[in-house]
Amino acid sequence: MRSFETALHLVYLAAATCFVLGLHMMNSPASARRGNLLSAGGMAAAVLAALVAVVRHGAGTGVGAVVLVAGLAVGGLGGLYAARSVQMTAMPQLVSLFNAVGGGAAALLAINDALHAGSHGLGRSIAVAVGLDVIIGSVTFTGSLVAAGKLQGIVPGKPIVFPGSRVVNAVLVATFLTGAGLLVADQSNRLALAMLALAALAFGVTMVLPIGGADMPVVISLLNAFTGTAVAMAGFVIGNTVLIIAGALVGASGGILTKLMADAMNRSIMNIIVGGFGTGDGGPATVVAGGVQVREVAVDDVAIQLAYASKVIIVPGYGLAAAQAQHEVAELAQLLERRGIEVSYGIHPVAGRMPGHMNVLLAEANVPYPLLKEMEEINPEFGRTDVALVVGANDVTNPAARRSGTAISGMPILDVDHAKSVIVIKRSMGHGYAGIDNELYTAPNTGMFFADAKAGLAGLTAAVKTLVG
Amino acid sequence: MSGGLLFDFTIFVLSVLVGFEVISKVPATLHTPLMSGANSIHGVVLVGAILITAGATGPVGYLIGFVATAFAAANVVGGYVVTDRMLQMFRARRRPEPAAAAATERTSAGQGS
Repeated sequence: MRSFETALHLVYLAAATCFVLGLHMMNSPASARRGNLLSAGGMAAAVLAALVAVVRHGAGTGVGAVVLVAGLAVGGLGGLYAARSVQMTAMPQLVSLFNAVGGGAAALLAINDALHAGSHGLGRSIAVAVGLDVIIGSVTFTGSLVAAGKLQGIVPGKPIVFPGSRVVNAVLVATFLTGAGLLVADQSNRLALAMLALAALAFGVTMVLPIGGADMPVVISLLNAFTGTAVAMAGFVIGNTVLIIAGALVGASGGILTKLMADAMNRSIMNIIVGGFGTGDGGPATVVAGGVQVREVAVDDVAIQLAYASKVIIVPGYGLAAAQAQHEVAELAQLLERRGIEVSYGIHPVAGRMPGHMNVLLAEANVPYPLLKEMEEINPEFGRTDVALVVGANDVTNPAARRSGTAISGMPILDVDHAKSVIVIKRSMGHGYAGIDNELYTAPNTGMFFADAKAGLAGLTAAVKTLVG
Repeated sequence: MSGGLLFDFTIFVLSVLVGFEVISKVPATLHTPLMSGANSIHGVVLVGAILITAGATGPVGYLIGFVATAFAAANVVGGYVVTDRMLQMFRARRRPEPAAAAATERTSAGQGS
């Protein structure tokens, strides 16, 4: 028995090692896939070891075994189907959904433990872990579901604010903290457990509802970090080190990622959670303030500029992802490349619906990753670029960010305005989520091509083809 | 705090530090697969779900065990499969276009014009 426990522990340790090395291999696109497979291998080993331990221990009932197999089958097949069938544009929703179930499972582990507290009695410090696990897991569960709903369009993307929502939030927080306190004092207190779980579930909803669609990527990343932390707490509760290591790893990495994203938008995480001003995509068209005129260009003018350029940089943004126009932009780029034009893509860190999402979409459209340039890399190149083609990106190109005193001051931007000519494909003069005018649109070297991203790009491709035969 | 818990806490803190170190070097290009990959890793909660389900004795225990196992299994399997699907698309060169592309729903119409 003793040697079996040792072996089990070593397998868990090997799994944890695989997780760390796997994440590390995600440093570069070339090794990332192997890294993920290594991590999956570690996971398979850990799960198999747990199953072997359960069988060997033989403590469970027959019903328990049936329940276990049924749970594995239902969850595994469901997850497999969702992962296989999801559209790449719907990736953020799916990640959010997996996040929700992970958080839910972590919370259930703690609830189960607390329900047994009467019989074998928890230690006080374990009760703290139970409380934290239930709070974080429950908030993540409902919060991620609401976030997924917003991204999918089931729940309106606009911030939903109702009168007194801050008061409701404060009451919910007070309720689950009180519940946690009571549970730590008396671990068999079922009422405290119920208070804790229900208030935390409700708080997940009221926390995410007021956050706008454009901020969802940051929220998903934050909730991902939460789930990791909840899993680590579950590890404390059931005394399992692999849960602690993996959970802490994800909690820390998710935290870093969230901060990177918030920095790229020049917002603090607190501001995003409390602020609730991200209005998402497609606000109503507004007249440019001060009566400044924009220069509207027709499809043929744009086609001529592109066809006779020698260097073109494409700047894709949220609008391109929303219109699912990644295949169209790749087709146009390839057409230009065949004419010997140097084409690259300038990707802002928060382009798309989650960080790095644009890279996934363009990879799906068969764009080789060396063409996708990060902001620091591409910015010096705008100066010697003939045409910068901005598709559905707004605030991340606004030169106003370089001045102080604007809503986006200090936000790192793509220096699109340094290009000889700028073409902006956009449906209307609507604002980005920052709600301010984009000075790029009124610059003398900018032409506005009003069209839906998908239709506009397809039109451009056709026009370039007819132009050059 | 008992000795065991103190030991667990030490592991927790060190893992947090490892998490910071490992992640801060990943390029923005890979942030989505990274988030998805990290997401699959917290599916390790499946190990815990398996252990509590096997130890369950009453209807409430079975119900909690079933839901927790199903949730965690979906997290693990779905997470890894979807991350792999994303990562296999990241290539340094273009995939050969014509015949193989028939598998995707997009038609390669208009090539000749």
